[in-house]
Parts: sequence; structure tokens; C-alpha cells
Amino acid sequence: MADVNRGNRPLSPHLSIYRPQLTSVTSILTRITGNALIVAALLIVWWFLAAATSPEAFERANWWLTSVLGDLVMAMSLWGLWYHTLAGVRHLIWDNAMGLDLPTATKLGWAVVIGSVILTLLTLLVVS
Amino acid sequence: MVQLTLPKNSRITTGKTWPKPEGATNVRKFQIYRWNPDDGQNPRVDTYFIDMDSCGPMVLDALIKIKNEIDPTLTFRRSCREGICGSCAMNIDGINTLACIYGMDEIKGDVKIYPLPHMPVVKDLIPDLTHFYAQHASIMPWLETKTNRPAKEWKQSIEDRRKLDGLYECVMCASCSTSCPSYWWNGDRYLGPAALLHAYRWIIDSRDEATGERLDELEDPFKLYRCHTIMNCAKTCPKGLNPAKAIAEIKKMMVERAV
Repeated sequence: MADVNRGNRPLSPHLSIYRPQLTSVTSILTRITGNALIVAALLIVWWFLAAATSPEAFERANWWLTSVLGDLVMAMSLWGLWYHTLAGVRHLIWDNAMGLDLPTATKLGWAVVIGSVILTLLTLLVVS
Repeated sequence: MVQLTLPKNSRITTGKTWPKPEGATNVRKFQIYRWNPDDGQNPRVDTYFIDMDSCGPMVLDALIKIKNEIDPTLTFRRSCREGICGSCAMNIDGINTLACIYGMDEIKGDVKIYPLPHMPVVKDLIPDLTHFYAQHASIMPWLETKTNRPAKEWKQSIEDRRKLDGLYECVMCASCSTSCPSYWWNGDRYLGPAALLHAYRWIIDSRDEATGERLDELEDPFKLYRCHTIMNCAKTCPKGLNPAKAIAEIKKMMVERAV
């Protein structure tokens, strides 16, 4: 900011004192899931690359990715994918300058959170 | 840039606990941010106790009571005490609002009061709004016309006038801009919800003849497009306005004129 150092002025507290809002939490989660999905995508690429390399390499990658930890990471990634998709749809609605009044925006926020959990559980039921 | 922690000179320490009022039965605890530019110390949070039976209902009433009866050095801006001047904007109970129209019955537990977030502090609850005002000035907050001046006044239909409802009521208290994480991290270049709401107010004014130039000015990765629809602005606006919607309308106009 322009005058932040005039007279050694302190910066007022921000993140540590501002109460999280549904819309702000769903917004930062969109970014977090988006970045986490890069890692998930790399893990899938590792799996495919290993399959194309050798039986031993595939064995190793497959062991990690289908272990309890691997299952957990993939299940979380699945939620991340659904969450990010639904949040993206919400942004498409918003980009038409619709659904921005507070009651609708709040409903959309809950729809993204609850919808992503339900869709994740349904997908897990189908694939497992 | 995103900086999650406060700089060294801004870290908050525990301050003074002022004595409780004697003989009071209905006492409430207040925790208030203090910073004195003259003592060379870091900011601190002071604790005050107020007898609610002899105090008005609004947060500003309590602040004035503290200043009058407990600690005259407590510094804050206030003027109209009815939500129209925008002076007493501050962070109360975790959200930004006007102290004069925020009732203490809306707060659960202790009342925590800080200056507007992520701003340089002048003293106690007073932030430096120089940059915020400069950003407002940069969007040309006036009627721009090119045609000849009419004999009497610039006329506007009732429908066109109605488009300004929900925009003209802004009192420039800075609650919205200082609630916005995007403004926290990029406030030097991102105009923030308040300035953009005002920009939209002039863009859709039927009498204004500089719509194209106004949009040109805003077509910038930072000035406009750092809005990520976090919506803290609309959530916190003490006047019930919706800067997020105004910004979305500007973004939509940008697309519409490009296709």
C-alpha cells in the first residue's frame, strides 16, 4: 500500500481476525482443489508411464496407488474433482451476472459443498 | 502479494486490562486494538469492561463511553452516528461494519474491535484511507458528457434512474474493500469493490457519455479482474449493497462489447 511505511505505521490485522464466510471458504477451496488436482493428475500420469515402462515399474506404482494411502489420496482427489467442477459451474452462473444476490449465492455455496460430497460417495459406490 | 503473517512492527501484543466498573451487574468485556504512533511500541489489544445498564445499544455508544469515562486516549473516527457518513467503519466481531449502526445484541460473547483489515494504521482504530480515496478518484466519479450542455439539466427517465438504485447509496466507508482478500494481497493495483461499484454506477448512468473510455480504463488484469467473486464485500456492506454484482456486470459488459 502507498503509505504503509510513513511513520512506521503498522499494518492492521487481516486473515487472523476476519471471520470466515461461506462464500470466502468455498472460494479458497476452489483454488486449493484446483492445485491439488495437479498433483493427482501427476500421480495418474506416473501410473500410466509405469505401465508403459515395465512390469516391475507398474508393480511398484500400482502398489503405492492402490495401497490404503493411495486409495485415500485418490478418494480425496475425486472429491476435489467434483468440488472443482461444481464450483466452476457456479462461476459460469456468476459470469452471467446471475445468482449474486446473497441468499442465492449462499444456496449455491451449500449446493457446491453438499453436492460434491454426494457425488463423490456415488462415484465411489460405482467404481468400488 | 499474498503475505499471510503480519510484518514485525505490526504483530499484536497483549495490552492493558482496565479496571471493571464498580457496583455494576451487567458487565461486558471489550477487546480493542490500540496503537500509539508516539511510543515506539507494537500494537496491542486492551481489555475494557463496560456497565451495559448505563450504555447505549450500538458499538459506537460503547466506544464513546470508554473514551468519556475510562480512557480518553482511545482514538476513532465518528461523526453522524446514523450510518450515513461512513466514518466509524471498523472490524467488529470479525466483520467490517459501521460501529454506529451495529447493535451489541448482534454479538455473542466479548466484543472484539480492530481497525479495517490490512490497512496502514494512523492511530488505534483509524486506518489511512489515502490510497483508497485515490482509487475512487481514478474511476472518474462524475458525469462525463460530450454533447452540448442542455438549457436546464441532464434528464433521465424513471427507468434509467432506477438502475442507479443499490449503487448511489454507497457512503465510501471502505468496509467492503478492506474485507476482500484480493484487495489485501493486491490492493496496490486492484481497485477493490468500492471503487468498482462506483465505476459501474457511472458506466450505467444513462446520462454519461464516456462508457467506452470507462471500460477501456478498467480493462486490466489487476484493476478489475482480481475480483474472484469471494463476496466478502457484499456480505459485509453495512448499507446492504452488492459490489460483487456490480463487478460481475462490468465484466459482462467487457465480454459483450468484445463479441
